[in-house]
This record gives sequence, structure tokens and C-alpha cells, in this order.
Amino acid sequence: MTKQAETQDISSIGDHYQYGFFDKENYIYKADKGLTPQLIEDMSHMKGEPEWMLERRLHAYEVFMDKPMPHWGPDLSGVHFEDIHYYVRPAERSVNSWDEVPEQIKQTFDRLGVPEAERKYLAGTTAQYESEVVYHSIREDLEKKGIIFLDMDSALRQYPEIVKQYFGTVIPTEDNKFSALNTAVWSGGSFIYVPPGVSVEMPLQAYFRINSQAMGQFERTLIIADKGSFVHYVEGCTAPIYSKDSLHSAVVELIALEGARIRYSTIQNWSTNVYNLVTKRALAYRNATVEWIDGNIGSKVSMKYPAIILKEEGAHGEVISVAFASKGQVQDTGAKMIHLAPHTTSNILSKSISKNGGQASYRGLIKVAPQAEHVRSNVRCDALLLDDHSRSDTYPYMDVSNPTASVSHEATVSKVGDEQLFYLMSRGISENDAVAMIVNGFFEPFAKELPMEYAVELNRLIKMEMEGSVG
Amino acid sequence: MSSHPLLIVDNLHASVDGTEILRGLNLVINAGEVHAIMGPNGSGKSTLSNTLMGHPHYKITEGTILYKGQAIQDMSADERARLGIFLALQYPTAIPGVSLGNFLLAAVRSVRGNNSVKPLEFRKELMAQMKELGIRPDFVKRYVNDGFSGGEKKRVEILQMALLKPSLAILDETDSGLDIDALKVVSEGVNRQLSPDVSALVITHYQRLLDYIKPQFIHVLVGGRIVKSGGPELASQLEATGYDELLREFGQASDR
Repeated sequence: MTKQAETQDISSIGDHYQYGFFDKENYIYKADKGLTPQLIEDMSHMKGEPEWMLERRLHAYEVFMDKPMPHWGPDLSGVHFEDIHYYVRPAERSVNSWDEVPEQIKQTFDRLGVPEAERKYLAGTTAQYESEVVYHSIREDLEKKGIIFLDMDSALRQYPEIVKQYFGTVIPTEDNKFSALNTAVWSGGSFIYVPPGVSVEMPLQAYFRINSQAMGQFERTLIIADKGSFVHYVEGCTAPIYSKDSLHSAVVELIALEGARIRYSTIQNWSTNVYNLVTKRALAYRNATVEWIDGNIGSKVSMKYPAIILKEEGAHGEVISVAFASKGQVQDTGAKMIHLAPHTTSNILSKSISKNGGQASYRGLIKVAPQAEHVRSNVRCDALLLDDHSRSDTYPYMDVSNPTASVSHEATVSKVGDEQLFYLMSRGISENDAVAMIVNGFFEPFAKELPMEYAVELNRLIKMEMEGSVG
Repeated sequence: MSSHPLLIVDNLHASVDGTEILRGLNLVINAGEVHAIMGPNGSGKSTLSNTLMGHPHYKITEGTILYKGQAIQDMSADERARLGIFLALQYPTAIPGVSLGNFLLAAVRSVRGNNSVKPLEFRKELMAQMKELGIRPDFVKRYVNDGFSGGEKKRVEILQMALLKPSLAILDETDSGLDIDALKVVSEGVNRQLSPDVSALVITHYQRLLDYIKPQFIHVLVGGRIVKSGGPELASQLEATGYDELLREFGQASDR
């Protein structure tokens, strides 16, 4: 920590966001504001898509127009669909060498540490800038094992049959207004297929960057882990700070076939002018495991409830999430576990911190179908409030239709204890460091699930967010 | 033993939630001396220890605390700790998610200065001290005081004292919750730290602890004031007679 940072006060929180820089716009194509069927057709043609995809998009457009805004969650009246640029193409094509990425965009990803992370500890990387993936690479040895890791557009070109078979099967177009919007204008995102029995030991990463203001980013991700395979996918995201709001609305579908395990980790660090309205859902077959590790630090409003459908016997679902809500932020996050088969188990651990007027909510659903015997599910929500004008709410829904289910829910709300603070300070630790230590300790059960480098990054982000939050 | 005053508490008044608990307390501790404060429940013993350390719940309304000639009553707890004051708490607080090892390193770096602590040397020092106090090595990975037994907590308090090397150690009811074996280990741990440069203020209800950590001076606290001071013999007297007589004589003060 620098001396300067140590002396900053409450009013400067948010200035700590260090990814708020932006590049000059120099695009191949930038759509005018607003969403029209014509734009969707233009996009689809530019991408050279098959006819069925265009039809899907146009159908989804109608569903999107028909569906009302969700009324049950945070205030979304600041989302102006007519003011958003829905498609921005920054480069002609996706390349697999950083040297071929347009210089300015390459510099941005350098600043974000993406190539460095790739060299050090990743098995493959996707970098998306605005609407398109500009860089994409996977280690050769993994490719030889039959692992497919592509941006979604390339996957549609190269493996149209697999994409057609699975696209939209976990999250139908009609699921909600934002899944319909994504289906209409999706662009970029990742496609992963892991063959039976193959274990990808190092994570695959995607990094999403928004650069222009009033931008809409709608990546689409589909991961299929075949029988007995394992993959860990990590995503990060940032954007510049603008006065006009942007919209990020992704759809992520995971399919874990028999005995497979998928771990999907997110560190969401959008700038505080981004609405982050994301639909994430997984299907877990017999004895498969799906884990969503979900960290929400940034954004203006986040609505995200990663779901796992435990479709066959022995499937296991895990959601471990943290949310950090500061001034002007609403983190409305949670999890859904849908138990459709006997002997399925799930575990939800949700941790939130609210400070400086921020608002964090846990919204969750545990559903146990009548035929699902002997289900076990545990939910634990811990909220930490750092001051009196911040908020934490818990909305745990349970719908249990089988009497043999064992479902537990535990929720705690606490304030940073004066006794904890005094204890640390009586050992010479400054008040700011003491609060950061307590907060990091609170997040520890989450951080320890992340790859080391991300845990360190998370700690650093929290420390930055915490500076000047007391005293 | 020098007679250089380390701590001078002068006419100290302190209150908690608007209720005055300390009502004009005077105390002088010279470098290297061991003092004991004894007193019945509610006499203000814990208020004194917390006030000396700078707990924000305890408000000083009058009087001064001079430490090494410097007025410290307006300083925060971390500033006082960095000046060499240490408080072994009666009820050490758990900090879930923070490992004891990381916490101790942060504390030692805060007190000794960031650059003067090399991780490897610190580790050796830590392991040696833990061994002396009978704390298993795997405790460095455990969360601070989280699920520790009463005895483990007190050992870890003394471990912190050993690492932070204070000039003034305040021990608040360090004997409470200890069986006789643990009491011996903890007391020996404290005694190893005492020197002509290190003073201690031992706060206790019972005489038991004073058989192991031997003070030269004993003060009896009743109603927020020191009502009697003397040598070690005073502790045995109190053990025989109890506090009743002193409470009858001075206790009314606490109801005023």
C-alpha cells in the first residue's frame, strides 16, 4: 500500500478502480444505437452464420420484445435499450498470436495482465474486446488430446452440428428477457468440449473487456464436459468508467455428462456504470459435479443466480459466491439448485459485504422434485455490514416436494466487530489494515477455492476497495 | 532495578456508555517492576486494562496517562502498541479466516517496522516461541482464536507478548480458565519476558497467579480507585480475609 492510498478517505472510494482507462475507437464496424431486426440480420451476415442461427436470433428478438422487465429484483429503470450499441466489431478476425492483435487492443490486454497470466498458468486464453474475440489460443498438447476451445463464433463455423445440438438446450430463449436478448444478439464467448476421460489440469481463461460507452456485450458460452472429464474455466472482466451506462448480458450453458466435473470461476469487476444481467445454468448428469465459483466486486447492478439442474442420480452441485457492494452498487446474486433425481446433493455458500451505502442481496432457490429421494442440500449465507447505511437482504426460496429430503439453510448478518478491530489494533495493526484483514478473513472460504493467482488478485482488490473505509 | 518511571497514571477517570467506572486512579510503574492489581468483580479491573490499551468503548473523561514521558491518552490502540504497550486479553477474540501465522507476521511487522522482519527469520523465531509455550506447529495455519480452548487462547496471548516484546505488558485475568499445568506454562512464558526493561501489570481476582508471576507491588482496586497498596504480603492477606471488609469500607463509592 502506498502512503498516498493510506490517507484517502471515504469519498474517494471508486476512484480506486484502476481498469477505468479507455482506448480511442478504431473499429471495423460499430452499429448505431438501438436494436432492430435489420441489425440482427446484418450481424448474422457479417459473421457468415447458417440460416438456422439467424432464425433463432430473429425469434429471440420477438421474445425479448414481448417479455416484460423482471419486476421482482433491483431497479432496472436505468437500462435504456434504445441507447445501447448492440454490435461493435473491433477487428477483422480472431487471431492466435498477440502480435497480430491490433496494437492498441494488445496494449490494453497487456495492461490488464492477460498475456502474462496466459504464459504463467493457463492452458488456453480467449480475449474478447467489445463484441468479438480478438485473440484466442490453446496449448498444442491439449488440442492434440481432442479438447476443443474456441470462441463461440468460430465454433459455430467449425462445429455447426455440435453447437446446433446443444445451443440453448440448458437456457431456452424464452427463459427470461435477458436470455432472449442474448440469443438475439449474442457475439463472442467461449465454446469448450472436453473428450471422455480427459482432465484439463490448468485453467482455461476468458477475459471480457468493454471499451466504448453505452456498449452492450452479449457473449455466449457453452461448455460440454464429456464422461469422466474435468475442466476449470476462469473468466474476468473490466470496463472503463463512463457517465453513460453499459449493459453486459451473457448466457452461459454448462453440460457435465456422466462422472464429469466442471468448475467455472468468475471474478466480475465491471466498472460501476455497467448493468450486469447474466443467466448461467448447468446440467449435471449421473455422478457429475458442477461448481460455480462466483465473485462479484464491480458493476452498477448485478443480477446473477448461477443454477445447477441435478438431472441424474448422484449429481452434485456447488455454488460458492461473494459479493462486494459499495456506494451506488446493487449486488443481487444467489444460486439455484434444481434436484430432479435421487441422491443428488448441493451446497451453497454465499458471502456478501456491504459498505458505503451498497446493497447486497442473496436470492436463492432450492427445488426438490417429487421423484428425487434422499436429496441433501445445504445453504449458508453470511453477510457483513461495514456501516449503518448499507444493506443486506436474504431471499431463500425452498420448494421441496419429497419428504426424504434434508435441506438446511443458515444465514448470519454481522458487523465488523469492535472487539475484533480492537484486538488487531492492540497488536499494532492500523485500523485500515485491521478492517482489510477481517474482510479478507470473511472472504477466505471463497478465496481458497480460487487458483492462487486469482486469490491474490481478489485480496488485492478487496484491500483497494477497503482503503479509507474507516476512520 | 531502575526507578525510571515507565507509566504514570494520574487521576484517571474513565466511563463506559456514560457510566463512570474509574474514578481517579493513580498508579506509577517503574521500568522492570511487576505490579498486581487485585479487586472484586465490578471494581474496574478490566476497565483499567482496556483504558490503558485504548479500547474505543472506554472514554477517558479526566486525568492523564504518561508512558515513557509521553501523554498517550488520546492515542489509538495501534499507536500505543507500537510504543511498546501490550495487553493480554481476558477473552481473546476470534478472527475467522485469518491464519494465526499471517496475523502474527502482520503484528510483528507493524510493531518492529516492515523491513526489519525477514520471513524466514520470523518463522524460526515463531517456531521456537511456540515450542516453549507448548503450542503445536499446525496452529500457525489455524484461524486466530477460532475454536481454541481457553488454555490455547492464553498461550497464544503470551506468544504474542513474546514476539512483540513490549516494555509494558498488561495481563488481564490471564489465569482465568487455566488448569494448573497451563497456568505454569503461561506464567513461565511471561517470566521469561520480564527483565529490567520490561514491566508488567498483572490484573487478577485471585492470588493464585501471583504464586507464579511474583509482583513487588500489590494494589487493591475497589470502586474505581486504588484503595490500598503494599508488598506481596497484601495478596496473602486478601486471600485470607476476602474483599468484604474493603468493600464495606470503600465499596459505597461504586454506587454513587
